[in-house]
Amino acid sequence: MGSSRPIHWAPSSSDRDRSRALSVMGISDAFELYRDVPHNLILDKPPRAGFDRMLSEWELRLTVEKYLSKNTMYIDPPPFLGGGWCPHLVPALVDYIISRPEFLTAYTPYQAEINQGLMQALFEYQSLIADLVELDVVNASMYDGSTAVAEAFLMALRVTKKRKILVPEHMHPEYRRVVETWLYGKNALLVSVRYDEHTGRVSLGDLESKIDNETAAVYVENPSFLGSIEEDVEAMADAAHKKGALFIVKFEPISLGLLKPPGRYGADIAVAEGQPLGLGLNYGGPGLGIFAVRWDRKLVRQMPGRIIGLTRDAEGRRAFAMILQTREQHIRREKATSNITTNEALMAVAAAAYLTLLGGRGLRDLAQSIWLRSHYLAKRLSEIGVEAPVFESEFFKEFTTRFPKQYKAIHVELKKRGILGGLSLDRYWPEKSNECLFCVTELHSMKHIDKLVEAISEVIKE
Amino acid sequence: MSTSKKEWRQARWSEPLVYEIGDPQKTGVILPYLDELPKLAERVGARPQGKVFREDTPDLPGLSEVETARHFNRLAQMSYGVDVGPVPLGSCTMKYNPKIFEEIVRDPRIKFLHPLQDEDTVQGLLEMLYLLERWLAELTGMDRCSLQVPAGAAGELAGALMIKKYHADRGEERDEMLVPDSAHGTNPASAAMAGFKVVRIPTSSRGTIDLEALRSVAGPRTAGLMLTNPSTLGIFEDEILEVAKLIHDSGGLLYYDGANLNGIMGIVRPGDMGFDIVHLNIHKTFAAPHGGGGPGAGVVCAKGDLVDYLPRPLIERDDSRYFWDYSCDKCIGSMRIFYGNIVPLLKGFLYIASLGGKGLREVAIQSVINTNYFITLIKNTKGYELPYDPSKPRKHEVVISAKPLLNDTGVSAGDVAKALLDRGLHAPTMYFPLIVDEALMIEFTESEPLETIEEYAKTLKEIAEQAYTNPGKIKEAPANTSVRRVDDVYANHPKTVTPTYRVYLKRLRGEIK
Repeated sequence: MGSSRPIHWAPSSSDRDRSRALSVMGISDAFELYRDVPHNLILDKPPRAGFDRMLSEWELRLTVEKYLSKNTMYIDPPPFLGGGWCPHLVPALVDYIISRPEFLTAYTPYQAEINQGLMQALFEYQSLIADLVELDVVNASMYDGSTAVAEAFLMALRVTKKRKILVPEHMHPEYRRVVETWLYGKNALLVSVRYDEHTGRVSLGDLESKIDNETAAVYVENPSFLGSIEEDVEAMADAAHKKGALFIVKFEPISLGLLKPPGRYGADIAVAEGQPLGLGLNYGGPGLGIFAVRWDRKLVRQMPGRIIGLTRDAEGRRAFAMILQTREQHIRREKATSNITTNEALMAVAAAAYLTLLGGRGLRDLAQSIWLRSHYLAKRLSEIGVEAPVFESEFFKEFTTRFPKQYKAIHVELKKRGILGGLSLDRYWPEKSNECLFCVTELHSMKHIDKLVEAISEVIKE
Repeated sequence: MSTSKKEWRQARWSEPLVYEIGDPQKTGVILPYLDELPKLAERVGARPQGKVFREDTPDLPGLSEVETARHFNRLAQMSYGVDVGPVPLGSCTMKYNPKIFEEIVRDPRIKFLHPLQDEDTVQGLLEMLYLLERWLAELTGMDRCSLQVPAGAAGELAGALMIKKYHADRGEERDEMLVPDSAHGTNPASAAMAGFKVVRIPTSSRGTIDLEALRSVAGPRTAGLMLTNPSTLGIFEDEILEVAKLIHDSGGLLYYDGANLNGIMGIVRPGDMGFDIVHLNIHKTFAAPHGGGGPGAGVVCAKGDLVDYLPRPLIERDDSRYFWDYSCDKCIGSMRIFYGNIVPLLKGFLYIASLGGKGLREVAIQSVINTNYFITLIKNTKGYELPYDPSKPRKHEVVISAKPLLNDTGVSAGDVAKALLDRGLHAPTMYFPLIVDEALMIEFTESEPLETIEEYAKTLKEIAEQAYTNPGKIKEAPANTSVRRVDDVYANHPKTVTPTYRVYLKRLRGEIK
């Protein structure tokens, strides 16, 4: 055991240092430190992991190159693919900031005095999100949008002590699967509310007929998974509140540059996927679960997750601390509001940096740019005889398109032309095989969009 | 020339909030293709209009790029991570995060991949994830792993849900989850989220789970036992095979909390100990950085019949390709969208690829040497004691108690922690596990050189000595950090609690009392 050189990143694992440590401890063999482990459990040889030897940085790089070269990335044009996860700008500064080792290699700031900067960044994240959604209390993050929804539902069950939750039948299918998983241990009932086939919006009539005194929450996605922007949100909030239910809204953060924020139309809890705020694609993870709540003691006490608050130090100077920790698992154990501890703090810092770079005006400009580009694609598609958007309603960056033939075949042809097309809806609904969801963002130039439309035009003629 | 650590000073920028320096009209983002906007507007021929749209500009402060850079760099300078100094937080495994991993995961062929893009365009990535899964299954002694869980606690919830569904499918009503009193707080919280009643199992005087107490509660209501081994005391459960037999004989399942794997990785496997389900934290044992609280990444692994219950999708391979398998007869569903926290998962892949099985084993041994070397240096220091059988070697971590110091001088574990900060060293985990009074839980990992461990032990001794001569001085610590001791009462008092700047302004205006 041991060698003359230390193994990677274990600086005192050389023979020299090990013998020094062992002699101070008065033992001759490091394995004596495992003397309390039953002998028959100890592996007789090292496990088969890695490539059976240590790799240097250089060898690691070459090894990984072999795998990376088998990946195809789409940047020119960027993917027209969404599903709640679209290509967006990641300013170089944002990645630079979250690469700062004081943030990157820190733990959760349990020692407040030595981590004030990190805590201020998280407080600023919470504050910026609060002003974005116009709700007063925001936690320091959930894992992603889907688990933020799951936690919101669990919170609604605790707050109302009721068990029924109304969800749109065209709720994001992956979100729905996550929510059903998280609620499995609870006696909860998800009830689907129909959507209007003409507008793609939640049917207010169906919602009102299904809401009752057993309803813990009404949940809407705005925009919906299929792209429609809801119009009757205030009426939905009223309907929920009349029956003592919470109104939970999932929003798209950049869309709030143009759309009214959920806090303005009666949301009790607003949740979102923070990926558009400078996180990048990264094959789907990490994300950022945004979680905001109305200022109401009853609600705040039942919130999940860590919260940073403003306070003062012993000399009366401004300082930051973790607050309301009696909700959390390390204090309340089985009575905690959630089991979450590791969250997505660094992604929250990224979002704070991005929102700071944008500013209110920049956010509006960005949202406008996206709105124009998605509408340009829809318009161009309809000019070549493709049904886009399928629904007669406002939309933001994603919208449903219907083709005269199966979308999958079109997708394959687009790929041959170097274009990553939309999301085929038969992934979730077999009957929607002619439909896809396109996502257009600030990264899609008119040329990119024209290229897509020209390719589609060729393909559907074939 | 030498400088005393006591002269250490953290940056103190008194950095304003972005609200105090920013302006909604200011922006630092250079948006792409802005020159196209007039033409786009003309082509689209409409503009956002109607009751769903807002007329006003969001009231968010903006800064230029240079101001944003300075603001966050100053905040960074008032923060502390492994790259600044040791962060020996017990049960957190704060090892060094190799920079080569950071460089590799920023490759555009990872960064620009969309989670829903066709599998034939991401074969290289899937192959890496496939290998990662194989390696982790081998290290844990499990059959399969799901890469889905974004953190350890989510892995625990997945495990608890798997146990719940497994019993339900067999028509058994088992509603009790057994959890030792030394367990991480996430264990009982996860069990409760899955709908279990939590039954607390005491720790014996040997520092291991109380087998007699376990025997008295294990029975037809037992769904399972959630156990950390080595425990949070750093002590290996030497009766683990008896424990496993007892739980299995009562019809329950064994869940392994893998937060504490670092000291036994490659030496002993949870699967061989009798565990049915295991979670691991990639951001602890496998060197992905903790990011100030996250993102982490976890895996949840299972063997035998329990594989069917793992969250989907699982990574699969056939003759010609790698793919995601969503088939789910019995599975609990999905813990999050898509596949997992890919970036930290890849860092775990790179870590295992760099070290190999033999290297991982050396990592474990070195982390245990570091723990016990520290114990040798600190033991017999007046003011501290080592609770539970001091003759037992500890593994990845050790818990010492500052109870004698508190009794003798009035200086608490919390005060010791603040005094450490004043000397430029991060504090250990405090007041955990709950079964040890004035607990200081210390985990150096293999990353710390002997010299750092010596410095840390020496500093703890000096603090104890100062406590006996000048306790008041320690009660005032810290003085060298960017702020003095933080007022937690003010932070949490209903009249002053301020979670956002929005609430701060409302308080100033008297809108919230």
